[in-house]
Amino acid sequence: MVVVKESPGALGLTEGDLIEMYYKVVLSRALSARMWILNRMGRAPFAITGDGHEVAQVASAFNLKPGKDWVVPYYRDQGVVLTVGMTPRDMMLGLLAKAADPSSGGRQMPSHFGHAGLRIVTGSSPVATQIPHAVGIALASKLRGEKDATIVYFGDGATSKGDFHEGLNFAGVHRLPVVFFCENNGYAISVPLKKQMAIAQVSQRAVGYGFPGVTVDGNDPLAVYAASKEALERARAGEGPTLIEAVVQRLVPHSSDDDQRRYRSQEEIEAGKLADPIPRFKAYLEAQGLLTAEQNEEINKRAAKEVDDATDFAEKSPYPEPGDALTRVYGSEG
Amino acid sequence: MAVNVVMPQLGETITEGTITRWLKKVGDWVGKYEPVVEVNTDKVDVEVPSPEAGYLREIRVSEGMTVAVGEVLAVLEEAEAGEKKEAVAVAAPEGAAEPAGRARATPRVRKFARDHGVDLERVSGSGPGGRITEEDVQAYLSAWQPPRAAPAAPETVGPEQEVEILPVTPVRRTIAQRMAQSAFSAPHAWLSMEADVSALVRLRDGMKEEFRRREGVDLTYVPFVIKAATEALREHPILNSAWSEEGIVLKKRIHIGVAVGVEEGLVVPVIRDADQLSISGLTHAVQKLTDRARAGRLALEDVQGGTFTVNNTGAFGSQVSMPIINPGQAAIVSMEAVVKKPVVVGDAIAIRHMLNLCLSFDHRVLDGSSAGGFLQAMKKRLEAMGPDMSLY
Amino acid sequence: MATKTVIEALRDALHEEMQRDQRVLVMGEDVEEGGVFRATEGLLGDFGPGRIIDTPLAESMIVGVAIGAALNGMRPVAEIQFADFIHPAMDQIVSEAARMRYRSNGAFSCPMVIRAPSGGGIHGALYHSQNVEALFAHVPGLKVVAPSTPYDVAGLLKAAIRDDDPVLFFEHKKTYRSIKGEVPEEDYVVPIGKANVVRQGKDLSIFTYGLAVHQCLEAAEALAQEVSVEVVDLRTLAPLDKEAILESVRKTGKALIVHEDNLTGGIGGEVAAIIAEEAFDYLDGPILRLAMPDVPAVPYSPPLEEYCLLNPEKITAAIRKLAGY
Repeated sequence: MVVVKESPGALGLTEGDLIEMYYKVVLSRALSARMWILNRMGRAPFAITGDGHEVAQVASAFNLKPGKDWVVPYYRDQGVVLTVGMTPRDMMLGLLAKAADPSSGGRQMPSHFGHAGLRIVTGSSPVATQIPHAVGIALASKLRGEKDATIVYFGDGATSKGDFHEGLNFAGVHRLPVVFFCENNGYAISVPLKKQMAIAQVSQRAVGYGFPGVTVDGNDPLAVYAASKEALERARAGEGPTLIEAVVQRLVPHSSDDDQRRYRSQEEIEAGKLADPIPRFKAYLEAQGLLTAEQNEEINKRAAKEVDDATDFAEKSPYPEPGDALTRVYGSEG
Repeated sequence: MAVNVVMPQLGETITEGTITRWLKKVGDWVGKYEPVVEVNTDKVDVEVPSPEAGYLREIRVSEGMTVAVGEVLAVLEEAEAGEKKEAVAVAAPEGAAEPAGRARATPRVRKFARDHGVDLERVSGSGPGGRITEEDVQAYLSAWQPPRAAPAAPETVGPEQEVEILPVTPVRRTIAQRMAQSAFSAPHAWLSMEADVSALVRLRDGMKEEFRRREGVDLTYVPFVIKAATEALREHPILNSAWSEEGIVLKKRIHIGVAVGVEEGLVVPVIRDADQLSISGLTHAVQKLTDRARAGRLALEDVQGGTFTVNNTGAFGSQVSMPIINPGQAAIVSMEAVVKKPVVVGDAIAIRHMLNLCLSFDHRVLDGSSAGGFLQAMKKRLEAMGPDMSLY
Repeated sequence: MATKTVIEALRDALHEEMQRDQRVLVMGEDVEEGGVFRATEGLLGDFGPGRIIDTPLAESMIVGVAIGAALNGMRPVAEIQFADFIHPAMDQIVSEAARMRYRSNGAFSCPMVIRAPSGGGIHGALYHSQNVEALFAHVPGLKVVAPSTPYDVAGLLKAAIRDDDPVLFFEHKKTYRSIKGEVPEEDYVVPIGKANVVRQGKDLSIFTYGLAVHQCLEAAEALAQEVSVEVVDLRTLAPLDKEAILESVRKTGKALIVHEDNLTGGIGGEVAAIIAEEAFDYLDGPILRLAMPDVPAVPYSPPLEEYCLLNPEKITAAIRKLAGY
């Protein structure tokens, strides 16, 4: 486990940056809370969120150049896409499957993010299929001599898939400018880590593919930011891929169709809540004198307002036309 | 006469029985009182005798089935002993078994018969298994004789005796049906324009000898009008269409129907992709189709698929006519007789050859302005045809 | 005009497209040394390792990485060494490539070609002889082509590379060296979605593709005095050229579908359904299919292989049967 001792300044982060990161984390959590409420009210058939992953997501994505670097997220990565530039309205439009949903026009389940202008690549439900895509994107960037990097996110379960191994292998052979970012929350739905792999850390896999792997505390924004910064700089410099493993907590069930009390004890769930990264981040900022009570209050209010606005907007937004189901099959007929 | 073999009451309290074995099969001769079938009840097993002599025509209950007393087990056709007919045709011929009561003909042949107003029940089949082929229907059509009108029994003297009913051929019947269908379903509107074809007349007069010599067929005004029509259709494609409930069906290719009068009535063979033919090509195409039509040798594909029709009413001297649109199309144009008449040119009177073009159109698809635009385009082209035009 | 074999036409067309469009990439196993069938011979020398890329042995990754490259502005031509090996890539082809445009509501698209030699008759047995086109023709979002002449192979490859959607390009490996034909020097494409009437006829229509086209032509010639057979080379299996199929049936009234792929669930069923639904009134006989029997694949031993595969004699027998209806 790498522990970062560098100060924010040494990493190139300003106070404003840290507050911005914190806000994004708070916003992501607030959006998630609203999504679960709408789901339990019967207004959104499905919800899948990244509670507990937000700090790792926001801190890593903070390094990216939106619209230039390629971002290949998975379904828990709301924190990533908010940081790159998608909006709370975009999230809610996706949740409620409205026509204006930028990810898919209401065609995909919620949290299947995509945004062409921000180079956030559309994803599917089968796990890890996005990894070879990220590798191919990085290949094209390298062949054209571009300095853009690609980052692909996935969970611990995905690292068992063939696509993970095949993708990392290709990236290693061709020294591609891609960062593999694993958000290890210790569960693939109900399957715990020790049934998923025979090794202790996902990052150990990197050596098999010929490039560095590093494990960081996913709850430590500076550690995550530092590790991602270094990996992206390596990529841009033509030094090849990196595998980053951020250890996080999953504070919610896998999705709204899962009841994690069936396989996680109450003690474990409570312990998880204690390890919630948001209070820890808040405490850090307060200790550094960067966050007063009023500022915190203001941040929470601002986030709540954005969530209300997004919900309202999405609820009023129209559904797609039924006949739209027939469009976009092929390019020639739009 | 048909006779039923029923489940007998085999004991006082018996209400039903089970067929164990049929002793005769369909088509077999059965003598009176001869056992036909073995039946089992919970009291007895019996052989059921036939009530009459005859041929077993139908078995209604199969082995193993249980039925109530009185139910019909089989049907016999009464017949005298010795009247043994060979091969009672009950089995379907080898090939697909046809549902009872249906004429045996493939979908293609059924459509052909339908299009020509032929009742397949009246046609005998020469194909495998007695199937009716297209040739059989053709043969029926050519051999069709109008039934001799039975002399009306003169029971009453009166106006009825002053009419004569002309029997109608299947073709005439079909024509009548399609005319009515078109007239009553498509709201017909009508537009007419005059074209000054003096230059075209000069062209034709100048070329007709040489053309006859070179091509072996007469050069008429028909191919020129068809060419003007196809070019005008390119400019106004909405006329090359048809009404449908889903929307206006725009046809991408131009297949011109040319109305030809034959003995039995009017047929409209189709020149496919007429826009790709030259004047000479069109002349030959029209001639070929006309010859085939008059000889009664038009094939199904010759009369199908037309997208627009040209009608040469001028051939019998008409000057103005209101043609009826062919079903499946949106418009039809008549070319009337070319007539020499005095017209105003500038501010003076001149003698010109004039040709009336009469367009009937489906008002669901077209309105006056698009129809007018089309006809204007035809007129313009006809008026531009002259001695320096190539026929090839 | 030049006379070329199918493989020569393929290679030359690939070369031309790579020259014409810098975005065209070739990737697959053994492509750098020319490919096991020599489809990519000489390309490395002409275009360098930046555009002809040997991949590790992993079909899912070949397709997945090609998808990524296509997302980022390239036009990859991925080679799967034998169609029999395409199955690991099924997820990437069906769940990902086929759905990229639809699931992103048009924001992303996947202009790529996946090429694979398919078909039997070269003693390849179960794992070098498969015909897999029906599996993919069933998936909306994919285009599937199966050309069988040098002219069509070159023209359709160009069309496939220029197409903005994922195209599966199945070459029948037996045609590689055995079928020769004229290929124009100048640039041309054969449009995807258009069949070709390779032989005109009046009495009976055969709908076919791949090596079977040539076998059907041979059979039709042999019966030329008895039956006037029209042979329609479908060329594209998805989308099928419905209009060409229906036009031929309207003319002849009799339809025979011939394909080397297994009978059940093969393209023949789809063509037959289209004809039955939309040309019913023109049918003068049942729609027949002639295909490989429903066995898991072509066996190795010569009598077994011969029993299973098509040949002109089996086709003439089927023609006679339908013509006599």
